Amino acid sequence: MAQDRKDAGAPAQPGEVAVEVLGLHKWYGEFHVLRDINLKVARGERIVICGPSGGGKSTLLRCINRLEDWQRGRIIVDGLELTEDPKRILEVRRDVGMVFQQFNLFPHLTVLENCTLAPIWVRHMPRREAEALAMKYLERVKIPGQANKYPARLSGGQQQRVAIARALCMNPNIMLFDEPTSALDPEMVKEVLDTMVELATDGITMLVVSHEMGFARQVADRMIFMDEGQIVEINARQNFFDQPQHERTRLFLQQILH
Amino acid sequence: MAASSDEPFVYVRSFPAEKLPPPLAATGAVGWLRANLFSSPTNIALTLVCALLIAWAVPPLLRFFFIDAVWSGTDREACLATPEHPTVGACWAFVRVWLSYFVYGFYPTGQRWRVDLFFLALAFGIVWLLRLSAPRRDIAAFYFFIVLPVLSFVLLHGAPPIGLVVVPTALWGGMLVTVIVATVGIVFSLPLGILLALGRRSELPVVRLLSVIFIEFVRGVPLITVLFMASVMLPLFVPDRLAPDKLVRALVGVAMFASAYMAEVVRGGLLAVPRGQYEAARALGFPYWRMTGLVILPQALRVTLPNIVNTFIGLFKDTTLVFIVGIFDFLRTIEAARADPHWAAPTTPITGYAFAAVFYFVCCYGMSRYARSVEARLARSGRR
Repeated sequence: MAQDRKDAGAPAQPGEVAVEVLGLHKWYGEFHVLRDINLKVARGERIVICGPSGGGKSTLLRCINRLEDWQRGRIIVDGLELTEDPKRILEVRRDVGMVFQQFNLFPHLTVLENCTLAPIWVRHMPRREAEALAMKYLERVKIPGQANKYPARLSGGQQQRVAIARALCMNPNIMLFDEPTSALDPEMVKEVLDTMVELATDGITMLVVSHEMGFARQVADRMIFMDEGQIVEINARQNFFDQPQHERTRLFLQQILH
Repeated sequence: MAASSDEPFVYVRSFPAEKLPPPLAATGAVGWLRANLFSSPTNIALTLVCALLIAWAVPPLLRFFFIDAVWSGTDREACLATPEHPTVGACWAFVRVWLSYFVYGFYPTGQRWRVDLFFLALAFGIVWLLRLSAPRRDIAAFYFFIVLPVLSFVLLHGAPPIGLVVVPTALWGGMLVTVIVATVGIVFSLPLGILLALGRRSELPVVRLLSVIFIEFVRGVPLITVLFMASVMLPLFVPDRLAPDKLVRALVGVAMFASAYMAEVVRGGLLAVPRGQYEAARALGFPYWRMTGLVILPQALRVTLPNIVNTFIGLFKDTTLVFIVGIFDFLRTIEAARADPHWAAPTTPITGYAFAAVFYFVCCYGMSRYARSVEARLARSGRR
C-alpha cells in the first residue's frame, strides 16, 4: 500500500501535524472512491468535511484509523505512518477516537462498561481508575445518571453522547466524527452538537464529517468540500462560507443552506 | 369532552382524561379463558379437539403406568397376568431390581461409591457454574474445567498410589457413561465450535480452508460413521500400545461431531452481529482476540443461545449411538436387561423404555428450561 516505506515511522514534525495524508488513492473494485487526497491537519485544528453523499468523505475519515485500507498513498497520524504492521495500526487507533453515525455502542454492556472496556482491556488501566475516568466523561456529556443502564434504554441523542464519552475515555489526541447527527431524530441533534462544541473548546484535534453548517460555522477552523472522491476545496471557515472559490462548492452550499 | 372554544375546528383539552381500570372481561380467569381458549370459532374448535384428545389418551396411560403397575417383585412372575390380576401395567419391579446396573453398568459393586462421588462433584460443578447468582463463578469455571476432569479421571479410572483400584472403562456403563459422553461432548463442542466458526470467517486462507474442510467433512458423515472410524479404523493405523482407550476414542468422535455442528450454530450468531460492532471495537484499538472475546462473542452467543441448547439436546440424545462401538451407555443397559429371561414378561420392555424416556426427558427438559430462564433474564435486563 504505502509507496515509500523507507522513512516509515519517522516522526513528521511532532507537535505540529496531527494528520498528514499524501497522494491517497482508493478503489472499491473498479470504482475510484478516493482520488489523490492530500491533506495536512495541524494539532488542535478543527476541520469539518462536507459534500454530497458518495463523495468519499466517510471513506477518507475511515482511512485515518485504517478501518479501510487503500491502494496508493500514505497516511501519517501523530508522526506514526500507518503501514500494514498490525501493531502500528493498533497503536494509531488507540490515539484516534471515532464516533459513528449509528453510535455502535456495545448493546450487551451498560453505559459505564461501554466506557471502561477499552481503558481496562487495551490500556490496562485498573478498573477503579477506569470507572472514575468514565464517570468524568459521562458527566462531561451530561449523562452520569444513565451509567448503569443498557444502551437500548437510552434515546438516540443520549446514545451518541455515550459514544463520544466512550471514545474520550481512551484520551485520544484526535477525534473523528462520521456524520454523528445524521441518524438522530431532529430534536436530539442539538444536544449532540452542543457536546461537540464544548469538546471543541478543549483543543483536541477534530475531523468531522457533517452537514450541520451551523455547527461548522461555530467551531471549524477550516472547511473541506469533497465531491466524487476528490477534495474540491479546502478553505478557512469564513472564506468558505462567504466567498467559496470553486463553482461546485458554491452550488452545494446554495443547496444546503437554502 | 368540552371543546373550550367557539371556533369550529379548534379543540383544546381543558381537563385530563380520567384513568379507568380495564373492563372486567379482559382480566382474571374468565378473561384469560376467553382470550386464550375461546377467542374465535377456530380456537373454540381446537380447544375442544385437544380436550377430547387428552381425555382419550391420558387415563389409559395413568392406568398402565401407575394404577395397574407392579411396584415390587423378584422375577417375571410378579409381572405376569394372573386370574386375580388380569391386566398388568408397567413392571416397575424390573426397573427397581436392575436400577444399579442402569446407573453403573458393570462397575464393581464395592467401588460404586466412586461413581456416586463423581455424580455429586459434577452436579455441584454444574449448579455452581450455571446459577447466574452464584458467588465467584470464575472459581466455578476453574473447578469445572480444570479440577473436575482430573478429579473425575482419578475417581473413575482409579489411582493405585492412593488406594483406588483401576477400573477399566470396559466395565463402565449405564447413566455413568451417558453422562460422561454427553458432558465431554458439550464441554468440548462449544469452544471447539467457536474456534471453527471463527476459523471459517478468518482472513487467513489456510485457516479458513482447514475449518471448512473439517466442518463440511464431519457434518457430511453420519455420527455412526465417525464413531466407527474412531474405534475400528484408528487401531488399523496406530500400533496397539499407542491406541487410546475405546471410550476415549468414542469421546473424541462425539466431540468432533458435535463441534462441527456447533461451529455452524455459532457462525449463525456471528453473522447476526452488526458490522458496526466490529468497527467500534477496532476503532478503540482492540486487537482481534480481545475484540472477539469481549465484544463479538458475547453478542453472538446470546443471539444464538436457543440454537446452542438445541444442539446440546440433540447431542445428549445422540450419545445413545455409542452402543454401536460396544459401549454400554444407559439405553444399551436397558436393552441388555430386558433380554434377561428372569424378567421376560409382556410389559418389561415397555417399562424399561419408559424409564429411559423419563431419564432423557428430564435431562433435556432441564437444559431447555435453563436456557429459557437465561433468555428471560437477558430480555429483562434490556439487552438486545
